[in-house]
Order: sequence, then C-alpha cells, then structure tokens
Amino acid sequence: MNMNNLRAVYAIWLRDVIRYKRDKARVVSSLAQPALFLFVFGNGLARGLSINVATGGARTGYVAFIYPGIIGMTLLFTSMFTAVSIVWDREFGFLKEVMVAPISRASVAIGKALGGSTVALIQGGIVLLLSPFLGVKLSPLLIITVLPVMLLISFSLTSIGIVIAAKMESMEGFQVIMNFLIMPLFVLSGAMFPLTRLPVWLRSLTRADPLTYGVDALRGLILGPKLAEFSLALDLTVIALVGAIMISVAVYFFERQ
Amino acid sequence: MIEVREIQKSFGEVEAVAGVTFDVGGGEIFGFLGPNGAGKTTTINILCTLVRPTSGSAALAGYDVVSKASEVRASIGIVFQDPSLDERLSAYENLIFHALVYSVPKDVREERIASALDMVGLWERRRDIVRTFSGGMKRRLEIARGLLHHPKVLFLDEPTLGLDPQTRNKIWEFVHDLREKENITIFLTTHYMDEAENCNRIAIIDHGRIIALDTPAKLKTMVGGDVITLSTADDEAAAEQIKELHGLEATAQDAKLILEVPDGEKFLAPLVRSLDTPINSISLRRPTLEDVFLKLTGRTIRDESAGALDSMRSHVRMRRR
Ligand SMILES: Nc1ncnc2c1ncn2[C@@H]1O[C@H](COP(=O)(O)OP(=O)(O)OP(=O)(O)O)[C@@H](O)[C@H]1O
Ligand SMILES: [Mg+2]
Repeated sequence: MNMNNLRAVYAIWLRDVIRYKRDKARVVSSLAQPALFLFVFGNGLARGLSINVATGGARTGYVAFIYPGIIGMTLLFTSMFTAVSIVWDREFGFLKEVMVAPISRASVAIGKALGGSTVALIQGGIVLLLSPFLGVKLSPLLIITVLPVMLLISFSLTSIGIVIAAKMESMEGFQVIMNFLIMPLFVLSGAMFPLTRLPVWLRSLTRADPLTYGVDALRGLILGPKLAEFSLALDLTVIALVGAIMISVAVYFFERQ
Repeated sequence: MIEVREIQKSFGEVEAVAGVTFDVGGGEIFGFLGPNGAGKTTTINILCTLVRPTSGSAALAGYDVVSKASEVRASIGIVFQDPSLDERLSAYENLIFHALVYSVPKDVREERIASALDMVGLWERRRDIVRTFSGGMKRRLEIARGLLHHPKVLFLDEPTLGLDPQTRNKIWEFVHDLREKENITIFLTTHYMDEAENCNRIAIIDHGRIIALDTPAKLKTMVGGDVITLSTADDEAAAEQIKELHGLEATAQDAKLILEVPDGEKFLAPLVRSLDTPINSISLRRPTLEDVFLKLTGRTIRDESAGALDSMRSHVRMRRR
C-alpha cells in the first residue's frame, strides 16, 4: 500500500470521525440506549425476579453481568450504522466521488472499516464511563487493556457491515438487515444471559455468532475470567479471524463495483 | 488525449450508446450536445471508468479505460451531472477530502483550495455545512472540487445547469484560463446552445449516435447561411414577392416570415428595397447550433416544452440536493 492509498484511508477515516463529531444526537443516544438497558431493564429484571448470575464458580449481580454485553451492543449498533452509511453515500452520489478517485478500492474499504471502528470505540468508551454507577470497578490498567479489544471487535463488526452495504441497493433494505442480522447478532451473543446450561440448538446458534466471542472477551476482562465461557485467546482469535475474512470480502466486493 | 473507438453500451434492452468513435486532442475543449437520454452521461461514465462498455474500446492519455482504470482515474477530474457532495461536511472539508484522495501535494493544498473557493465565490462560506447551501452554491462547489487537482482531462457533465448567467460566465472564464495555463483537455456535455459555443469542436449526439462532429462555425454552415426574420403588413403577399423576385422560399412561423440566405448582410438591402408591402420589423441572425440540430434530426433539442422540462430538471436536481 503506497502513500497515496494511506492518505486515502486517512481521508475516509477522517470523514467518518468528523461526521460523528457533528452528530450530537448520536452521542446522546449512545448513552441513552445503554442506560435504558442497564438501569431500567437490568435493574427491573434483577429485582423483580431476584436474579443473580452464578457461572464458573463466580457470582455477580445481573446488571453487572449484562454490562459487558451492553458495551458489545453499543459496538455492534454503531459499527453497523456507520458501515451502512455507504448505502446513503451511494444514494446521495458521494460514493461516485470516491469510486472515481485514483485510489485502490481496498483503501476505500479499509478506511471505512477504520472509520466505523473508531466511532464505535468512542461510543463504547462513553458506555465505559457508566461503570461507577453499576458498581463495577475499572482500573486504569484494565481500561487500557479493554479499549484495544473493543477496537478489534468494532473492526470485525464494521467489516461485516461493509460487506452487506456493498451488496445493498437502497436504504429500504436496512429494516431487513436490522431484523435478520443486527438483532439476532445481539440477542444470540449472550449479552443478556449466560451461555451455560443452554439447550443444544441454542448453544450452537450462540457459538455461530461472532459477537458472542466479543462479549465473552469483554466479560472476562471486566468481570474476571471466571465469568467468561471461553479463554481470552480463543475469543480474540475468533474475532480477528472473522475481521480478516470480512474485510477481505469487503475489499473484493469493492474491487468489482 | 482521448481516443474512442466504436464504444457501445446497453442496459438490458436499452442501447444507451450505439457505437461512437471520436478523438479529442490535448488542450481541446470538446463538447457533446444532445437531447435528454442521448447517451452523453453514459459516454462520460465509460471514459471515467465508472461503467464498462459492452463493446468497443477507449483510451485516455494513452491508458485503456478498462484495463488501466487506475491510471485513467489519476489523469481525470469530473463534475458529475448529479449531486456528489458530502452534505454533512463543510465546503472546506469537502475540498480537503478531495485533495487527500487525489494526493494534491501538501505545500500547495491550502493555496489551491483558497483559489478554487475564490473562483466560485464561496471563500466566505468555506466553514459552512454544505447542507445549508443553495443548489447553485453546491454546483459551484462541485466545479471547484473538480478543478482542484489540476487534472489532465476534465469532464463536465452539464456543469452549469441551474446556474445564473454571471456564475456561468465566471466559471467559463476560469475554465478557459485553466486550459491556457495548464493545457488541460475539457470534455463537456450540455444542452445550452450558447455554452456549446465555447467548444473547439462539438459532437451532436442523438439516440446514442454521433450525427455530426465539427467546429461550431463549420456545423453552422450546414444550415445554409444566415437566418432573416421579418414581419410585414401582409406576410402572404410579401412571401409571394420574395419567391418571385429572389427565388427564395419563405416559411411562416409565429406570424413571421423566416428566410435562409447564404450571405445575409448583402441580401438585406436588396430585400428591403424590393418589397412593396410595408415592413414592420426585420432581423438578421447567424444560424445557431439549435438550427443545426433541427436540420439534422427534424426535431429541436429543446422544443417549446423543453424549456419547462429544463427548469423542472434543475428543480428536481436542487430538491435532491
Ligand atoms: N444505469 C442505467 N440503467 C439503465 N438504463 C440506463 C442507465 N443509465 C442510463 N440509462 C439509459 O441510457 C440512456 C442514455 O442515458 P444518459 O444518461 O447517457 O443520457 P444523457 O444524454 O446524459 O441524458 P440527459 O441529458 O438527460 O442527462 C437513457 O435511455 C437511459 O434511460
Ligand atoms: Mg446526462
């Protein structure tokens, strides 16, 4: 990848970051949705049904248990929305400006993936700020370890989004994606429930969901390895693998456009 | 600079471009003139590598547009017919994005952006978000953007549709200036006749075919001279007399008589003297490209309804922006 393409990656990344910065509604809603899940849904469920989660010999309150899952949800939604903005770009003509530029199509896909993951990382970082209100203690060292993991998860998720956006003709298809991809990815990830003691069919479904490994990695890091289903190494390998495959497919699709 | 050989493009049943061949020399201003749906934009899209031709070949600056697409892209700039700005960015940010993806050297970046914005009169508004711009302002920004990286070949697809005359003139001044300084080649499409006059050569295109290709002056000689329009107290009698004395067929149109004569200036005095019927008004004009198109196809590029269509199209454009 030569200098010109690196500069193009930077330009495409920068554009997404600027657009995000300008979108105050998004920043606010990035806090509102997780807060709703954690304080209202989580608290209500935990108190109403007096749920505690005990898994792998560790025990935790329900709200704390879903906290890494809600971070995962934030990464998922933000990555997908940013990636799917490619469809808007096509609709509003800006994509032509990008496609006719003397840059490799790979740099377009990679710039977009990095832009989406950066925005998702910022959104996820904002959710990290909620930890004191949930009784979860995050040491500075832990935050430094969690952030790169969040970035990796975001990169994989954005790449999945780009693959879909490359094949999507119009924004009408977005509702379909929301129902058939984003929601299942979220619900099956174990963000809201432990993965132990599931019936076999559900167990296989959760394991086919890449976000499962993302949530598991975050849970292990934030709440302690005992609450994680898999080892951190396995989680990170699966996420990285999915990311590598998806970004390659995205590049391939863009090259053929 | 541009070599096009038998380019053909079909979209399913529709043959958008039906085999066109032409060359454009370096530093030339070359125009495509034709009605809606003639295949102008499709040809441009093929030349700028966005659409693959169904058959035929084209090369730009010596590079084949299919096999050497990235080299072609590095040599061209384009102002699309349809909007292509990021409306959520400021004017300046749109240009910085362009400068980055086109690798405009860092030391001239700011200066180029400033002069481009200045040309289109948007320097004062550079920090404003494009969404707040009027349709004309957006168009001007797109033109500034297309010129920013000083391409070898600049494509302008109906660049001044919906712009006011001052802005159109200003943009043309800049284009001529740029061509002189940088010797860039310009390929434009338009259906403004006066705009087409800026071209060194024009291809008249209809139904995906080039039906004439020459300098504007030469094309106009196809019409057979100048056009005299006169109105008299009794047009019928006058027409008869003109036929009798000069052997010319006058056609009546909108309560006026229209004559085509080889040398209008010389013919005017004898004509006035020879008529018994009092003349109310008389005018002489050179043939326009509109007359040429009419002659070649039997249709006008923009018939009565086309004026309305044109303003509707620019309206749609603006609304979409
Ligand atoms: N992507 C496409 N899919 C299907 N048909 C297309 C497509 N693009 C163009 N066409 C058809 O090709 C023909 C030529 O279109 P084109 O846009 O090249 O015309 P044009 O000369 O640019 O017209 P205008 O003056 O309206 O811009 C039209 O009949 C149009 O419907
Ligand atoms: Mg067109």
